[in-house]
Amino acid sequence: MALLSRRPVAPLEYTRKAWMRLWIAGVMVFLYAPLLVLMVFSFNDSKRNVVWRGFTLKYYEKALNNDGLIEALVNSLTIAALATVFSVVLGAMAGLMLWRFRFPFKGAVEGALSLPIIVPEICMGVAMLIFFAKVQWPVGLPWPLNLSAITIAHITFCFPFVALVVRSRMASFNREQEEAAKDLGASEWATFRDILLPHMKPGLIAGALLAFTLSLDDFVITFFTSGPDTVTFPVKVYSMVRFSVTPEVNAASTILILLTIALTAVALKLQGVKAIADAH
Amino acid sequence: MPDPAQPIIQIRNVTKRFGKVTAVDNVSLDILAGEFFVLLGPSGCGKTTLLRMIAGFELPTEGQILIDGQDMAGIPPNKRPVNMVFQSYAVFPHMSVADNVGYGLKIAGTGRAERDERVREALELVKLHGFADRMPDQMSGGQRQRVALARSLVMRPKVLLLDEPLSALDAKLRAQMQFELSELQDQVGITFVTVTHDQDEALSMAGRIAVINKGEVAQLAAPSDLYEYPANRFVADFVGSVNLFEGKLTLDEADKAAVDCPGLGRVYLNHGVTGPHGADVWIALRPEKIYLHVPGEGKAIRAAAQDAPDGYNLARGQIKGMSYLGDITLYEIKLDGGPMIRVSRPNLSRRDQEHFTWDDRVSMHWRADSPVVLLN
Repeated sequence: MALLSRRPVAPLEYTRKAWMRLWIAGVMVFLYAPLLVLMVFSFNDSKRNVVWRGFTLKYYEKALNNDGLIEALVNSLTIAALATVFSVVLGAMAGLMLWRFRFPFKGAVEGALSLPIIVPEICMGVAMLIFFAKVQWPVGLPWPLNLSAITIAHITFCFPFVALVVRSRMASFNREQEEAAKDLGASEWATFRDILLPHMKPGLIAGALLAFTLSLDDFVITFFTSGPDTVTFPVKVYSMVRFSVTPEVNAASTILILLTIALTAVALKLQGVKAIADAH
Repeated sequence: MPDPAQPIIQIRNVTKRFGKVTAVDNVSLDILAGEFFVLLGPSGCGKTTLLRMIAGFELPTEGQILIDGQDMAGIPPNKRPVNMVFQSYAVFPHMSVADNVGYGLKIAGTGRAERDERVREALELVKLHGFADRMPDQMSGGQRQRVALARSLVMRPKVLLLDEPLSALDAKLRAQMQFELSELQDQVGITFVTVTHDQDEALSMAGRIAVINKGEVAQLAAPSDLYEYPANRFVADFVGSVNLFEGKLTLDEADKAAVDCPGLGRVYLNHGVTGPHGADVWIALRPEKIYLHVPGEGKAIRAAAQDAPDGYNLARGQIKGMSYLGDITLYEIKLDGGPMIRVSRPNLSRRDQEHFTWDDRVSMHWRADSPVVLLN
């Protein structure tokens, strides 16, 4: 074990220095302790959820039988999935355009594109609310059409992230590869499919992960754009917490955390962690 | 089989402008079927632009490019009967070696069996058998270049274009690849057009060389003609190393000529120049064509120099600088008349370089057929 050996610490071996280890431990505690506590207390056999009173699974049962909560979760996942698909397509096209072409007012277009990232969420939320009111977006539609307003709002703030990731990924592309493909007889489309897309893929997956998680846990914009009868998971949890923090909320949150981790793991597995790390 | 008498590529009055910059200026060239043609020039001279116009990645502003008699105007790169090996090799990183080499055939719709067979042949040709399943990131630069070569050769193009093919390789590998490329070209019989800024590379591989300067063809000739009979100062200076002296043509007959160079003296030549008497000309003298000796040693030579046009030219000076390069030693000598001259001397024995040293007085001579007279 290199870490335990008595070998003297080399100047750049920061991970073997006591103060650095302490710092890392501190960061880990602040990042993950709240999550751990939340997960542990989802098994707590107590209504008030302040003191540990023994292990139970009944709040999971309760959460899974809470139709309102399940409906909110299904809504959230549906919105996130739709927003991810559209964001990836739109974001990839926008990212490619910014990487590939020179056109008048390119700087302005770039700025406008990253606006949804910069503008405070509350402003976006209000703007969306006014927009949907002004165009008289229909409300009270059957599922899943009742989610359309929220989904559109989510796409609006998710796709710039995808565009940014794709664009920075393409910066490392060697244009000679594109020329080589054409030189070998490939058409514009074949070049895109065989050469550009494989290079872009880690960026697309990273962008999709970003879009999915951003959409899944968005509260502010969703709160403003959701109709009276459409509730998403964060909004539902918020309304439950307003009465009291019961282990049921913990249980639901734990399920969501595990779901997100599982999805991320699948995505990383599909692509290889290294390629996604390379994308940034 | 292309007709060997017919040029495979005809470049007719081609000009390329990027905004206000003229990269290629009214170039006309014929490249013959089956030859190893090199475009040589300093960086930014327009040679790569010319190559890219042949491949179809740039369009000529003016003029016409014909490949195998067919006008290439309006024909995109993926429809041209040429293939290119890129400077960065541009091997597709996410495909195995076999998939890289087979990509063009796959696009062309060649059947699986034939494709496999031709990929195997191409890999054998570039000595990469057994590498078919490797990924590019598991290969060295030299091997990746062979993949790029095979990927182009497998298409059996009429012309293979190579953009600075050896610039990214280390010196040893470059020397080896120069031979291999020439050999390969012999073997496949495809016309090779190579762009390079490296004169050694050009001289060793080319059948003919076009030296490009500022978008124009400075000279088009076989390697030895280019080196021994440069047409102008640019070519003399760019190809190899040279001493240039300005002078006036004072004697010009059918079988002899003389040029008076300030600082160097009268330079005799054993051939006529056919220039106007008193014209401003330049004398180009290669460092390796000058013999170096200790003063006094050259008495016999001086006797021979009496009838200089057929014999030797003489000069004296003092060694001001030297650099030992192993096989040769380069001397910077200040002529008694003022200017500096460069002389190279082969180290024929192990201690040859100790023969001369800094501040030694030396005399030099060169044959009357060694200097080249340049009119521009």
